Amino acid sequence: MQKKISSIPFQGTPEQEAQLKEVIARHKDDPGAVMPVLQEAQDIYGYLPIEVQTMIAEGLSVPVDEVYGVSTFYSQFALSPKGKYNVSVCLGTACYVKGSGDVLNKLSEELGIEAEECTNDGQFSLTACRCIGACGLAPVITINDDVYGRLTTDQIPAIIAKYKEA
Amino acid sequence: MYRSNVLVCGGTGCTSSNSLQIAQTLKDELKKQGLDKEVNVITTGCFGLCALGPIMVVYPEGSFYSMVKVEDIPEIVEEHLLKGRIVTRLLYQETVEEDTVKSLNKTAFYAKQKRVALRNCGVIDPEKIDDYIAQDGYAALGKVLTEMTREEVIQTMLDSGLRGRGGAGFPTGLKWKFAAANDADQKYVCCNADEGDPGAFMDRSVLEGDPHVVLEAMAIAGYAIGASKGYIYVRAEYPIAVKRLQIAIDQAHEYGLLGDDIFGTGFNFDIQLRLGAGAFVCGEETALMTSIEGKRGEPRPRPPFPAVKGLYQKPTTLNNVETYANIPQIILKGAEWFASMGTEKSKGTKVFALGGKIEHTGLVEVPMGTTLREIVEEIGGGIPNGKKFKAAQTGGPSGGCIPAEHLDVPIDYDNLIAIGSMMGSGGLIVMDETTCMVDIAKFFLEFTVDESCGKCTPCRIGTKRLLEMLEKITKGQGTLEMIDEMEQLCYYIKANSLCGLGQTAPNPVLSTLRYFRDEYVAHVVDKKCPAGVCKDLLEYTIVKDNCMGCSLCSRKCPVGAITVTDYIPAGKKRPAFEIDHSKCIKCGACMDSCKFNAIIKG
Repeated sequence: MQKKISSIPFQGTPEQEAQLKEVIARHKDDPGAVMPVLQEAQDIYGYLPIEVQTMIAEGLSVPVDEVYGVSTFYSQFALSPKGKYNVSVCLGTACYVKGSGDVLNKLSEELGIEAEECTNDGQFSLTACRCIGACGLAPVITINDDVYGRLTTDQIPAIIAKYKEA
Repeated sequence: MYRSNVLVCGGTGCTSSNSLQIAQTLKDELKKQGLDKEVNVITTGCFGLCALGPIMVVYPEGSFYSMVKVEDIPEIVEEHLLKGRIVTRLLYQETVEEDTVKSLNKTAFYAKQKRVALRNCGVIDPEKIDDYIAQDGYAALGKVLTEMTREEVIQTMLDSGLRGRGGAGFPTGLKWKFAAANDADQKYVCCNADEGDPGAFMDRSVLEGDPHVVLEAMAIAGYAIGASKGYIYVRAEYPIAVKRLQIAIDQAHEYGLLGDDIFGTGFNFDIQLRLGAGAFVCGEETALMTSIEGKRGEPRPRPPFPAVKGLYQKPTTLNNVETYANIPQIILKGAEWFASMGTEKSKGTKVFALGGKIEHTGLVEVPMGTTLREIVEEIGGGIPNGKKFKAAQTGGPSGGCIPAEHLDVPIDYDNLIAIGSMMGSGGLIVMDETTCMVDIAKFFLEFTVDESCGKCTPCRIGTKRLLEMLEKITKGQGTLEMIDEMEQLCYYIKANSLCGLGQTAPNPVLSTLRYFRDEYVAHVVDKKCPAGVCKDLLEYTIVKDNCMGCSLCSRKCPVGAITVTDYIPAGKKRPAFEIDHSKCIKCGACMDSCKFNAIIKG
């Protein structure tokens, strides 16, 4: 999958760096540590800018290209920051046949961004995800931890408005 | 002892519609009524009837409350749990027969099911090992370690006829036999819980509803092949499953059912979790093991097979979650019991995740050999809104579409291959007449193009070319020659790709071409999409004689393509509107807004 790489300057804090160092130290001797460390690093920073990947490579004593190879391979690793509210549209088959493609288009229109992008004010990002497994609620979107199921496109503006006000 | 037990579904489907809040409110209400010492609230795994979630069942009566809302809880507590009067209004209406309430097992959804792999889902609290043990949990591991030799275990698996539930259907016993035959200082047992097939959630439900069964079966596999270490590779997108697996592993350690010297027999076995990061190709065994090693999850050529050189170059056996979920019962009840279910070459049961255009979306487990018609029409309750069945898709991006003419074929591994699809992991998506088969083929190809790891050329470039042709066809730019060319390319990709992903990627195209070629032809020759899905081939028109002249559509139109005419239909007061097709962007807003069904597409 083509990854969008962010041009937003890296703004890591010393606290985050300390957390990352702790994670690296904990996994340093495990075989196959790159993936678990990347996963925890993404929890800390929200995404994986090249600066973070370089720190991981140095900390684990592996070439940075190996870390970059892994981070670009798996769809879960984000190289761009997510918005304050990450809107994720399920494009699993069950959702798709029930119209999640239209839901994605409507959200894209409503937010003014394409899938895998973030609004300029950093409020919303839009992602298309694979099955989240809530097929009984198809079509489904999630906004951070909130789940909205059995959606129709005309419900979208009201849902987004709720977060804009918040 | 409690006089009543209330089971609240804590699977992903029901959790997404707030079931955890329901469980909490229930506890609060019970406390308020002073019933918290008499009524027990248990959060279980998936009941299977996800379409009706959130689900709550009250025992001993077995009252099945569906689509429960938080606001309903005080009434259920007060009426049912305090006063003993079942709130029939809130029950799953199929269980209500005039004045009486019938057992859940007699409803259409459950009557034809046979729960083996799912037997504990929706029954026990998955976060309590004692619940699992009370259901004969870990008895199979005890039996294996104390009464059976390694060879006997493998022979039992061979005799049972169990085949891998992950897709390809390789005999599990044979897999174990190969791994057992290779000597090494370290061997591994892996569990494939990277359920990447979009629209399938069988494995997730087992992991969420009965995590210990996987641990127990992996330990049995470890004993059989001589491994002391296991890895479960589970999708990070399944947070509940990950959490419950970790709890289960910790509890099993605490009880001495994992770790060193299990049952005092000197057998050591330990299990670690590894989180997948969203790569479909990691469902392929060699790719999965490369990913556990922390690398890019690319497959590698076989041989050497994992039984010879697998994880960290050591002999490894890898099985799917649902396969494992069958194993403890095969050990306890015997190979003959298992082999008595199913068809000649496919034994036991299969779990399907039923979704798409179907009344009862959910999880069903049926004996192999059940027909698609029984699953769709009886268990699934048919197609909603009076629409007509068009096809059922099995096997996800590797499978194919089964048309109505094959609804009566008994489902097993071999029959599905024969009709151009495959078992796959068990996703079963139902499609009705409003689904365009060319669009569905395109949908799956978009998926495989995204997920192709890029290592081998036939898959990386071939699927991309296939997708481009499909895009042209859905835009009305296709030709009949293109369809033939596409078909040839499909066979080329199948024959030359390195791993299962590429070898099966053309299946959605081939099977739709086989059964729905006329739809492709309609796109190419008539430039029409019969199902009305492909936007570029649609035209919206106002039927002037039905138009009330309310102007709503013209106000909704984002591009100002709808204008008033001077034609006043007979019996109407205002002039009708019309759509300028040169401006129309086919967004459908007009049709959605029209209250008089005066706008048609086609």
